[in-house]
Amino acid sequence: MHPPARSPISPKLTGLFLLGQSVNAVLSSIGNVSPRLARFDTPFIFKSGKAIPAFELMYETYGTLNADKSNAVLVCHALNASHHVAGTYNDDPESLGWWDNMVGPGKPLDTNRFFVVGVNNLGGCFGSSGPRHINPATHKPYGADFPVVTVEDWVNAQAQLADHLGIARFAAVMGGSLGAMQALQWAIAYPARVGHALVVASTPKLSAQNIAFNEVARQAIITDPDFHGGHFYEHNVVPARGLRVARMIGHITYLSDDVMAERFGRVLRDGMQFGYGPEFQIESYLRHQGEKFSGYFDANTYLLITKALDYFDPAADYDNSLALAFERAKNVKFLVVSFTTDWRFSPARSREIVTALTANRADVSYAEIDAPHGHDEFLLEDPRYFALVRAYYARIAAEVGA
Amino acid sequence: MSNGNGHNLRADYAVISAWVGAGTRVLDLGCGDGTLLRHLRTDKQVFGYGIEIDDANVLAALANGNNVIQSDLERGLAAFGDAGFDCVILSQTLQAMHHIEAVLLEMVRVGREAIVTFPNFGYAPNREQVAAGRMPVSKILPFAWYNTPNIHLCTMLDFEELCAKLELEILDLVALTEGKPVADEPNLNGELAIYRVKRR
Repeated sequence: MHPPARSPISPKLTGLFLLGQSVNAVLSSIGNVSPRLARFDTPFIFKSGKAIPAFELMYETYGTLNADKSNAVLVCHALNASHHVAGTYNDDPESLGWWDNMVGPGKPLDTNRFFVVGVNNLGGCFGSSGPRHINPATHKPYGADFPVVTVEDWVNAQAQLADHLGIARFAAVMGGSLGAMQALQWAIAYPARVGHALVVASTPKLSAQNIAFNEVARQAIITDPDFHGGHFYEHNVVPARGLRVARMIGHITYLSDDVMAERFGRVLRDGMQFGYGPEFQIESYLRHQGEKFSGYFDANTYLLITKALDYFDPAADYDNSLALAFERAKNVKFLVVSFTTDWRFSPARSREIVTALTANRADVSYAEIDAPHGHDEFLLEDPRYFALVRAYYARIAAEVGA
Repeated sequence: MSNGNGHNLRADYAVISAWVGAGTRVLDLGCGDGTLLRHLRTDKQVFGYGIEIDDANVLAALANGNNVIQSDLERGLAAFGDAGFDCVILSQTLQAMHHIEAVLLEMVRVGREAIVTFPNFGYAPNREQVAAGRMPVSKILPFAWYNTPNIHLCTMLDFEELCAKLELEILDLVALTEGKPVADEPNLNGELAIYRVKRR
């Protein structure tokens, strides 16, 4: 049901991580949680114009919605994560939520104060309507016929979930990377329904280089003979080789050059074998990550999510001006955070967001965290980053009386 | 910018606050922990941003309820368009910067007016220490020559000469000593100089 929690990736990081863990050790996890399914018996029309007649969203909530329903926070997931943001299932420590270090009792996003909602996005593979679900028109899994989703579609579906939960307005919408794009989209599409947007390690649009990496990942999947044009379910196979390679490519972009050098260097596991087995440590690391991922993630969902990333460009509808796009969002307040060694979505991309927001005189704070781990840093427990998020949520809590 | 000069009770804040119009748009360069900006927000209902490079100050300014943007002033204010602010403030930070001319010109580009405060090197006790053969150390200049962040100290006359060169009009000036305005010979008797300037 859930993607495995990320583990520390370098000795240096391990120290940092453990330091953070020891701080958080006194703060318990939210404990056992259960996902729920919301069903919507109305057609969902995608940006592409395609539609599905009904849909379901898998979600989890933590904390308590207050009487005036003002303390709800939506946490949006990035590429491989899910609705399972925090807590465990049935006391299984392996099932820890993907952002458990950030979300929980006494944590930066404090579930003692806020009502936190996590949702698996449309097209996902953790319970929400997606390619594995039965297409009522064919009585077979949608497979490649599931409509291509966009960030706009996800946010529109999340808004329906908010209606379902009786949440007229989120105190905040938060995400990292692709999750942060959803927070940006919320601010643009539903400015009256979101108080704050927390935008971590993100970008207002993908660069050609970003799209290039995604395309290589897609080609790895699509050209896997087990892909069967996206209808592999009927053949009882999965394009595991393609998924493995796609994940390996992704992992390269999540880490900084320095961290890779520090953790793996050029270390050989067993000397030079003059072959093509996993000889260098980095090779076995990537293969391990690919292997793990191909065991739980859906190939069609991976394709859909990379397309959603590629298409995201809120400025496109506004004369390619991000400042114009944010005009609608100028009453939303923003916290933007980037990491200096993130070369996938570099600080320069976050500064574009900040510049477009200040041009609208929107309330925005921006922090550029000097941290070694690259894009993955947003999932790690950097003390400066966590302190900022904690301080920002304290401000939100004061505003909404949480 | 964190320049370590922040502990002298910030006598300049009262003057700055008096010069900033109510409900205006303010950019505070090197906002530190955001005390001034918070004061201007609550007392003058200004809308503003603080720029700060130091991690601890960014956190403190944010916790103080401000909009704070982590950025290096030395890299300019490219994130801000022309004349987007009524007032741009540089409080006791100028003397610690490398690119003095560039930052002053950026200030009057993004703001209609600029307020600049700095320790006046022409202050008599400073002159006396130099005359006695030593670099001045005082409450407002607390560092030894070898560890000071203050790399571009100037007198009020020096600053006014630079304003003329950069075609900045001086709209107002106040010199403070022990927090009180100095009427007589500010360049000799003033410890802290506060200028309000705009592009000529």
